[in-house]
Amino acid sequence: MAATKEEIIAGLGEIVNEIAGIPAEDVLEDKSFTDDLDVDSLSMVEVVVAAEERFEVKIPDDDVKGLKTVGDAANYILTHQS
Amino acid sequence: MTATISPGTGAPHARILGVGGYRPARVVPNEEILKHIDSSDEWIRSRSGIVTRHWAGEDETVASMSLDAAGKAIADAGITADQVGAVVVATVSHFMQTPSVATEIAHKLGTGQAAAFDISAACAGFGYGLAVGKGLIVSGSARYVLVIGVERLSDLTDKEDRSTAFLFGDGAGAVVLGPSEEPAMGPTVWGSEGDKADVIAQTVPWDRFRIGDVSDLPVDSSGEVKFPALRQEGQTVFRWAVFEMAKVAQQALDAAGITAADLDVFIPHQANMRIIDSMVKTLKLPEHVAIARDVETTGNTSAASIPLAMERMLATGQAKSGDTALVIGFGAGLVYAATVVTLP
Repeated sequence: MAATKEEIIAGLGEIVNEIAGIPAEDVLEDKSFTDDLDVDSLSMVEVVVAAEERFEVKIPDDDVKGLKTVGDAANYILTHQS
Repeated sequence: MTATISPGTGAPHARILGVGGYRPARVVPNEEILKHIDSSDEWIRSRSGIVTRHWAGEDETVASMSLDAAGKAIADAGITADQVGAVVVATVSHFMQTPSVATEIAHKLGTGQAAAFDISAACAGFGYGLAVGKGLIVSGSARYVLVIGVERLSDLTDKEDRSTAFLFGDGAGAVVLGPSEEPAMGPTVWGSEGDKADVIAQTVPWDRFRIGDVSDLPVDSSGEVKFPALRQEGQTVFRWAVFEMAKVAQQALDAAGITAADLDVFIPHQANMRIIDSMVKTLKLPEHVAIARDVETTGNTSAASIPLAMERMLATGQAKSGDTALVIGFGAGLVYAATVVTLP
């Protein structure tokens, strides 16, 4: 069953916590990965790959650049998940 | 009539008998890189793990660095130069199209008339060389093969490109391969992905400069047309290197009939500490496996990085003779090559 937006944000929280060590509860919809969560461009790739596996979605490199905030990523996953 | 051709007799197996390395005298710290780019030591360290790299002086040429490393590898192998039957040089920074630099090295080492040629497989070049060398030995075409990885990437670095100026270094690493009664080199898992040719590449082909009008080419801060340099799409390379190459590394273990638990040493191409760390995590390598982290003080030396890291790990005791090591190179092409070897 497809994940809800809330479930996706919670899942991204766990992924960001695992990769960047940021507390999962700080990973909120309006947070910027680079400016607020200390996720640099390379860590972002790791976040994306982990999210792809978790939510069964493909996120091509060209689309990664458009994912500035947690909300951007959640919306992308929501509309692209199988 | 079809004559019966004798196929010749090769050695039952091949192994690495000796290793040697050459690092240029000049050590270049991040502070020097920062003279030309708007960045910081902290940023460079966090994105690459690189603290210093070696850049060659005028007299430290692709040939001279190779000769030094090769001489050490030959001595380490306990043979003499005249026993070397083939010299294989992996490089992308020898700026002479022909003849190959391998012939000069073969001659100056005193190999007699060893077969000699260069191969162009970027950061996978050393792995490609190992595959070729092993094949020559088991097929009977050569008894001892010198495989050299050498680069002067400082010549192909855009010192004003903040995404790559800090990455590259110079140096040479060499190994001598020879006959073995026991298997000591697994099958090479290798390949190319030419559909990703633009992910890592030289900015401008050499012959672009033959066309009079170069006004559309990038210029540096002094207005001079920039010499060709290496450029890459960082995120795409990172994703491919970590996640796709982890699969190739696993295939090389499978092909050799071992598991990660059997490994003593992991020597990935020293591209970037972040790639190395992430790859180790993805491969779930056991704690006891020693990881090559030579990139910290050597930078990314492309074809030279694996033999340089191997030489340093053996010299510092991080690895020892007889250890089982997984080596994997990957780079522009895109190309890759991974194999399991017994260390000399």
